[in-house]
Amino acid sequence: MNIRYFAWVRERVGVEEETIEVPGGVKTVADLISHLKTLDDNHAAAFEEEDAIRVALDQLHVEADTDLGDAREVAFFPPMTGG
Amino acid sequence: MQVQPLVRIQAADFDVAAETLRLTAGRKDVGALVTFTGLCRDEAGTLDALELEHYPGMAEAELTRIAEEATGRWPLTGLSVIHRFGKIAPGENIVLVVTASAHRRAAFEAADFLMDFLKTRAPFWKKEHLVSGAGGAWVDTRAGDEKDAARWSSS
Repeated sequence: MNIRYFAWVRERVGVEEETIEVPGGVKTVADLISHLKTLDDNHAAAFEEEDAIRVALDQLHVEADTDLGDAREVAFFPPMTGG
Repeated sequence: MQVQPLVRIQAADFDVAAETLRLTAGRKDVGALVTFTGLCRDEAGTLDALELEHYPGMAEAELTRIAEEATGRWPLTGLSVIHRFGKIAPGENIVLVVTASAHRRAAFEAADFLMDFLKTRAPFWKKEHLVSGAGGAWVDTRAGDEKDAARWSSS
């Protein structure tokens, strides 16, 4: 699965984009976050304030309890500050 | 028939006069035209620039979704949204919304609606670059933004 990071989430993880193998037990966005936190210290730091992180599945906003389904791209980012 | 909104994400500046003309030139059914321009603001002389990061693809898609909701909700004759990305200095333009309609209320409300949802749902993030050269911070969301967007679901 392709994962993209933006703004301070990207800075904390240290990469803009990565492809990861999703373990079988990972069904929802929240499961994926729990898995990513175990990868290394950077991921753990990025997802420390889990409530502050927004998620998009295939470029659509979703909530943490959403099933990943057959999404190709997941993006994690802070609340938006455009305009 | 609903109009097709114009949505553009670009590094370059935009020309407000040219964009208003785009929605009025050669037609006689437009009675109201509203433009909103958001600029890069520096309150204390400390800001060198804002850096606007965006999610390419999703930014266009999300702005189009918001714009199409606006054209479905109000009888508009035209709607344009342009959002810049990259480094933007104080005093420069960041975002433009232009709405055109037969009557003023629709044009005012649609522009207001569009900005409220752009602020809370369009994937853009601002980072401050300071005059002092010190590492700038990511701009925090304003508490009122979510409340502003929520106004539109109760009416």
